[in-house]
Amino acid sequence: MTGPQFAPTILAVAVPLLAAFALPVVAWRGRAAVYPLTLVALAASFVSALATARAVVNGGAVEYHLGGWPPPWGIAFRVDTLGALMLLLVTFIALVVAVYARRSVDAELPEQRAPFYCVYLLLAAGLAGLVSTADMFNLYVFLEITSLAGYALVSLGGGAAVVSAFRYLILGTIGAAFYLLAVGYLYSVTGTLNMTDLSGLLPPLSGSNTVLVSVAFLVTGMALKMGLFPMHAWLPRAYANAPSAVSALLAATTAKASAYVLIRVLFHVFEPRVAIDVIPATTILAWAAAVAMLVGSVMAIAQTDLKRMLAYSSVAQIGYIILGVGLANMDGFTGAVLHLVNHAFMKGCLFLVAGVIIYRTGAREIEDLRGLGRAMPITAATFVLAAFAMIGIPPTGGFFSKLYLLLGAIDAGAWVFVAVILASSLLTVAYFGNAIRALYVAEAGGGASSIPGVATPGRTVDPPASMLVPMLVLAVGILLLGFFNGAIVSSFVAPAVPAAFVP
Amino acid sequence: MIDFDFLVGHANVAAYIALMTVGFYAMISKTNLAKKVIGMNIFQWSIILFVVSLGAKRGATIPIVEAGHAAGPGVAPALEAAHYINPLPHVLMLTAIVVGVATTGVALALLLRIHRSYGSLEEDDVLAQLQVPPSPGRAEG
Repeated sequence: MTGPQFAPTILAVAVPLLAAFALPVVAWRGRAAVYPLTLVALAASFVSALATARAVVNGGAVEYHLGGWPPPWGIAFRVDTLGALMLLLVTFIALVVAVYARRSVDAELPEQRAPFYCVYLLLAAGLAGLVSTADMFNLYVFLEITSLAGYALVSLGGGAAVVSAFRYLILGTIGAAFYLLAVGYLYSVTGTLNMTDLSGLLPPLSGSNTVLVSVAFLVTGMALKMGLFPMHAWLPRAYANAPSAVSALLAATTAKASAYVLIRVLFHVFEPRVAIDVIPATTILAWAAAVAMLVGSVMAIAQTDLKRMLAYSSVAQIGYIILGVGLANMDGFTGAVLHLVNHAFMKGCLFLVAGVIIYRTGAREIEDLRGLGRAMPITAATFVLAAFAMIGIPPTGGFFSKLYLLLGAIDAGAWVFVAVILASSLLTVAYFGNAIRALYVAEAGGGASSIPGVATPGRTVDPPASMLVPMLVLAVGILLLGFFNGAIVSSFVAPAVPAAFVP
Repeated sequence: MIDFDFLVGHANVAAYIALMTVGFYAMISKTNLAKKVIGMNIFQWSIILFVVSLGAKRGATIPIVEAGHAAGPGVAPALEAAHYINPLPHVLMLTAIVVGVATTGVALALLLRIHRSYGSLEEDDVLAQLQVPPSPGRAEG
């Protein structure tokens, strides 16, 4: 054990948060310092997350009690292996996307650099807090910090993006209000907000109607926040209209954070049996997820806009994660967490590629990608790798998480879900096949080749290094997640599997 | 028969559900975006009122402990929790109100920009203009 006050846990949250407040002052003194400050704060956050994860893997969960007040009186941060994995994920993605964002923001939002990075830091701080807090109400506050920053970032896209951000705001607020209501009900029966404390007090109360209402509001609220079918209406527009860097960050992290909250509360705060037997929350989630996997994929096939296709694909992929939650067994849980991490890398990478293509050619339509395989070879290859991971081709990470989900579905005897996983994977082949064919097979003529500079034979227009490297880092990450999936499962996921799931 | 005792005993629950439904209705069925924001506010406040009501106790007073009330070296404070309203839900809801204000602020800022771009806050007008964008490509700014 590292003692009760493990400082890196709080630094991962506090550094970006304080930097977000310092940034307007810095921007007022001089614009040049804004970007370095952002990068340093996010790097410090990631290093703190690394230190936290190292301590957690070596010595079990670490805690930080704010103001020195011990729980359940004070607000405690507690990071266990699942929290450490999430903390690493969100801080890493935030850092990588920030590196990418410099040129992307210069091109798309030249007048709004300072507001962009300020809100970006708030989002990063909110995400880091969300995954490390052990207090239900504190979690609500971080959830709203994250969401508010998300609305603001989406709206920076201008025009249609503002309308999308408004819808996202209305629906996101309903989701958060439901979560708050669930916390209120829990507080009214237990008198505590600390997760560890709650998990000790709740088992005798699991038959109480108040607790059941609380579970119902919690599941609905979080499903809204992550855009689970049929509450996904805000998601495609918000992701498709947002600035490129924002799409990547939101798609990779915010929906995942809501899924994490759902996993954490359903399986760690409540006893798993409450959501499985007492109220059929997991069954409902599994069926909603199954429909999401099919509807999201079919809608993705129907899209002509690349970013919108990726956004609908997110609807389907969130279905995979929640299906794992809904299966409520060991392999399902492992698959859900693993797919959560994998999808963050895959979809983050794909949105970065889409952003690079817009940056270089302005092409948004899939048809306009024609010939880009020759003009932007590295970018196109990255896209193909990430697409293969989405389909689930070994040895990418996507293969292993789908394998766990399949094993979980077989273990649960749910053959319908086995069929849905396979069918949805085939549909994934269809929509990525479309994009890949446009990139490579379709003959040039019209499309990208009409864009000045792209047509010149033998000349490549892969993006500058500051955009290329983040993209490649995520692509390499996809492969590493595949190669080291065993290590990730044994050191991060397995210790977090609820005891009820261990056969 | 309506169980009046149950209703009276759960007046706070009935009140918040009524308010919440009003807010929900406004968010779903009003086509004016500003009215949607008002609905959102009613929705949020209904939950805040409910949680505040959780702290109430019959015959209890405000949770301010008079200094010296139980003072004395080595003497355990003679405080009875039942005499004081639970302040924790109130404190939590102060934070929730701040969150609500921030949400409203962002929502109003978005409405301003929508009004500047489309000259209307009616959802139908805005959506009609979105179908036929005035200038293709990225909107400036």
